[in-house]
Amino acid sequence: MKLSLGPVLFYWDKAQLGNFYAEMSALPLDVIYLGETVCSKRRAFSLDQWLGLGRELQTCSQAQIVLSSLTLIEAASELSSLRRLCDNGQLLVEANDMGAVQFMAERKLPFVAGPALNLYNGHALAQLQDSGMIRWVPPVECSAALIGDVLEQVRDMDRDVPEVEIFAYGHLPLAYSARCFTARAENRPKDDCQFCCINYPDGLALSSQEGQQLFTLNGIQTMSGEVTNLLADYNALMACGADVLRLSPRAQGMAEVVTAFDKVRQGEAPPLFVDGCNGYWHGHAGMLKVEEAGLC
Amino acid sequence: MQLVCPAGNLPALKAAVRQGADAVYVGFRDDTNARHFAGLNMDDKQFDAAVAHIRQHQRKLYVAVNTYPQPKGWERWQRAVDRAADFGVDALIAADPGVLGYARQRHPQLALHLSVQGSATHAAALAFYAERYDIRRAVLPRVLSLAQVRQVAAASPVPIEVFGFGSLCIMAEGRCHLSSYITGESPNLCGVCSPAKAVRWSEDAQGLSARLSEVLIDRYTPEEPAGYPTLCKGRFLVGGKRFHALEEPTSLDTLDLLPELAAIGVEAVKIEGRQRSPAYVEQVTRVWRAALDAHQVAPQRFRVQEEWRQVLAGLSEGSQTTLGAYHRSWQ
Repeated sequence: MKLSLGPVLFYWDKAQLGNFYAEMSALPLDVIYLGETVCSKRRAFSLDQWLGLGRELQTCSQAQIVLSSLTLIEAASELSSLRRLCDNGQLLVEANDMGAVQFMAERKLPFVAGPALNLYNGHALAQLQDSGMIRWVPPVECSAALIGDVLEQVRDMDRDVPEVEIFAYGHLPLAYSARCFTARAENRPKDDCQFCCINYPDGLALSSQEGQQLFTLNGIQTMSGEVTNLLADYNALMACGADVLRLSPRAQGMAEVVTAFDKVRQGEAPPLFVDGCNGYWHGHAGMLKVEEAGLC
Repeated sequence: MQLVCPAGNLPALKAAVRQGADAVYVGFRDDTNARHFAGLNMDDKQFDAAVAHIRQHQRKLYVAVNTYPQPKGWERWQRAVDRAADFGVDALIAADPGVLGYARQRHPQLALHLSVQGSATHAAALAFYAERYDIRRAVLPRVLSLAQVRQVAAASPVPIEVFGFGSLCIMAEGRCHLSSYITGESPNLCGVCSPAKAVRWSEDAQGLSARLSEVLIDRYTPEEPAGYPTLCKGRFLVGGKRFHALEEPTSLDTLDLLPELAAIGVEAVKIEGRQRSPAYVEQVTRVWRAALDAHQVAPQRFRVQEEWRQVLAGLSEGSQTTLGAYHRSWQ
């Protein structure tokens, strides 16, 4: 089982990003995703700087470096940036939008299909494989059973299954909007957002009027309130055909997270229950913790 | 510009036709479409009648098969595509690459429209679907500003359809798992958002509470109008403040933008609301037909009439309307 570090979904400044990747480069990660996937206004790193960081990480770690593309593309300038990202000539690209798929297919280059692409069945996967997809990160709402069925359907079509990467840890990216919810919460118009999401390195918590944590606001992205954690489901992840587990960066404690997953995969620690939701994986509402809910 | 109206049943379809819809879009009675609500949509017999009615009045019939199939139900989506083709519908509205691929290969003559659930917001994404599936039209998600719609339409390989009126998704369509996170059922996989079976109302000293899978979506005092607990339109706490953190209950209304949409070259305007009553469809269609006709006759003199505005406001969520993402300040 490989371990990957997903792209940083929050807006961190240059120093925080630099320190974070310096720390991560020393950890047993097999894949590291770089790049901005949420908001094109965030410019702690330019494309060239991401590529520079990618080159650095390639020399100082064993990890495969992948460049993730922006998920919701609205402006013509964002489309130009996407084209340049696909033309980077250096790193594998994670496509988070069908435009990225189109650009990679036109260039006859392989790509990773990110979790924001709606690929829920073998026929859809086959269409993307024909366009160059080599790794599938299922939408975060997919269950183990669904993923197993998709892979079986791919095999039934006499095709090779792609590599499968499961979102195993972190706040789940759930939705994308034209509206910036962080700016809205601060009563600022999006066009004058003052980059306020940089003040929330782990996002901005949204809870019900009864104080139940529901979502995490991250600019135009809405994430799960709970952190998902599939460590306790490690054996089921192996059984369903996962090749890679994605750990999505948080501002604190990521080294411990990577180490915990690494110990389990090395057989040095049992996959014990840890705090975090895992409803989606078990075919339920994503926010549920199935052990607590008595559903497993 | 073509006027494309919703119908969740035969009376709604007839109402849309009566009031001058150029095209009506419908779905089959299962989870192959994004309005899979109890009691909604048509069985084969009703479908036959719908096709006959549309042909008699020389309008167009579109069928939405626009959810994302899972392997276990794949045959249901295949069958839905086959049925649409057999009925001789004027277009199939779909989003899943597997469904689009199947439809193109099995029914080469069937016109395909990319559903809003396909989340295609720019020319390169549209090129993906145009090159592979020869789509004839694409419905744009309600996330673009007017200037962005103009850019997309100019560069698009296919004609564009946009939403003109109805309930407003605050999130990019096809890119929202909020409903499944709370209830286990999502638009992409189940054709529902904030499903009715997960709703529970209760009243106590604190007021009227609307819950979804036991999560409190909103709470109302006796003076406040209570709305359906669509989870993105509830009042939540952020930083200690209680407010509509994602979106207010409101409907999209773009009558004011009609001249601009026409100038951009938008091919069709879509009215949301297959889950709405025949009376709703009747009234919205009447207003939009009148507006489109008035614009057609004298584009320079086009002005939104007060009566149209009042009718549409009366049919809107929370009795308020918005230009949505078309208007940059909303974002």
